[in-house]
Parts: sequence; structure tokens; C-alpha cells
Amino acid sequence: MKARAIVVTSGKGGVGKTTTTANVGTALAHLGEKVAVIDVDVGLRNLDVVMGLESRVVFDLIDVIEGKTELKKALVRDKRVEGLYLLPAAQTRDKEALDPERFTEIVRRLLEEEGFDRVLIDSPAGIEKGFQTASAPAEGALVVVNPEVSSVRDADRIIGMLEAKGIKENYLVINRLRPEMVKRGDMLAVEDVIEILGLKPIGIIPEDEEVLVSTNVGEPLVLRKGSLAGKALLDTARRIRGEEVPFADLETKKGFWAAVRKLFGGS
Amino acid sequence: MWWPWRRKKSKDQARDRLKLVLAYDRAKLPPGKLEDLKSELLEVLKRYFPADEHGVEVRLEERGDHMVLIAEVPVQT
Repeated sequence: MKARAIVVTSGKGGVGKTTTTANVGTALAHLGEKVAVIDVDVGLRNLDVVMGLESRVVFDLIDVIEGKTELKKALVRDKRVEGLYLLPAAQTRDKEALDPERFTEIVRRLLEEEGFDRVLIDSPAGIEKGFQTASAPAEGALVVVNPEVSSVRDADRIIGMLEAKGIKENYLVINRLRPEMVKRGDMLAVEDVIEILGLKPIGIIPEDEEVLVSTNVGEPLVLRKGSLAGKALLDTARRIRGEEVPFADLETKKGFWAAVRKLFGGS
Repeated sequence: MWWPWRRKKSKDQARDRLKLVLAYDRAKLPPGKLEDLKSELLEVLKRYFPADEHGVEVRLEERGDHMVLIAEVPVQT
């Protein structure tokens, strides 16, 4: 993606925006970029705890906007990955201070003055002010969607709003895909979601219990080996950087009957 | 007879329902507003021919890769 300021959004809550922001941000840094991940969900701060940085938060986005601290001082550096920084949301403060213009200025300073290659903005759910602010500085978007009717409907709404704002470099991150359900026709397939929303995917992430395990311990999945979702999220970051990474075949057969079919030469 | 493998796949229902609801969403046309359109349309049509108001149907429908507004107006005979 050419976009250096990317908003991670979805409309619907609970589809994996924060997990995607944390992991794609971590992976981009791991691949050599200087990355800031910003939590814009004022009052419902989450990105810090998902990334395992909650104990190191001193200042937040609102402190910077109100001039109570320097931008540099509010950035929490992740010691595990070179070049990864978090700008946390305010947990308690009045969110009125956060408006699209001031937020855009912060992102501009990160990219132009602080030497960041990429800024990833974790948008709050909904289409109200929080989303409007989070998307204001964005040049591109990752639209996180689950293969499920309410999530797809909300994603369509968000895509329309992004386009209306002139944000054009938008991609889908299809999250929580369950290949075995797709296979038996009980879950929208990747192709269905692409056809309905008319947007290309940049990430296809399978449902994976390891996601919960990684948030339990506060260690982004892309830093842990051997998880399907972690691999898919790392691939997503590679595609954002312009690498051509084929989508992994998630429809690997599991279970007894698959083994039997294989035995008889089935596919 | 009911065969489990002949059941309409639930994901096909999800896809069809989504396509329809998104057509209304994108057209900013809530189904209720379509009812208003229907009654106004009927008023005009009745000036020209004996339209049967009970059988009138107005809906969005998929035609290839785009949506069309379909109005079906039975003629009283």
C-alpha cells in the first residue's frame, strides 16, 4: 500500500480491529518499518493491553492534544520489536478535545517530523465521531470483516463512507474465517465477501484459539511461532509493504472423513 | 424426501439476503419508503389505466451485476 496513514476500521464492534492493528503493526515493525499504532477509542482503551504495554503507559493522545506533554514522551516504545511505538487512548478523559483536525496534525507530525514510515490507526466501532476522527488523516483503510451478515452489512456502510471521504486505497481483512464451515456451506466464503463488498482482500485470517491466548499474555501473535492466524497476519503486513504473497490454502482437510477420502484418492 | 445434502446451504441464504439488504442500503431506500413510492406510483398509473391496487408490487431485484427497480402492476380486466 502506498498509504502511510492507514485506518483499521469495521463499523461493527468485536470483529478484530484491535487484534489486527496490534499484529499488523508489530509485523510491519518486524519487517523493518518504523511504525506507530494509535488507539483512538477514547474511554475504552484496549490496544495497550492487547499489545502487552499497559504497564508502561504514562501519557495518552489527549495529553498530547491538550499540550500536557510532548508527542515523543507519549509514545510507548515496544522493547520486543525495534521500531514499534504505541500512542495510547485516554481512558477517562473528556473526548471532546479530540477532533479530526487536531488528530490529523498529530499523524502528520509523526510521519513528517518524527520519522515514522507508517501510522496504523485503531478506529472505534460505529460510524459516529470516533470513526470520523480516526479516519480523518487516513490515506487508506483496512476494513476488517467477519464472514457473517451483520459484519458484512456494516463493512459495506463503512466502505461507502471511506470513499465519500476520498480515502481510496482500501482493502478487506477477512477475519475469523472457519474453513470447515465454509466447506459445508454454512459460512460465507472469501469469494462471496469479495463479490458482495467489491473490495480486494489484503488479509485472510482463520479463526484461531491462539488469538485469545496471545491477548491473555499480551504478546502479539505474529511474535509467536506456529499459529495459523499469526502467519496470516504476518502475510498481511508483507502485502501492505507491496510483497506478492499468495494467500495460504486454509481449506486443509481435517478429521476422520477427510482422512478416509484421502485414503481413497479423494481431494 | 429430505436429504441433508440437498438442503439449501445457509451461506447461500446469507449471500442472497445480504445482496438484497445492501441494495436497499446503498440506494438509501428503506423498505418502508418503497411502500410510499408504491402508493404514489399507483395514484399516477390509475389516471391512465385500471390498475389493480391489490396486486401491485415494487421491489429491487438483481439483474446480472446491477440492481433494478421492478414495479409489477396488474391491470383490472
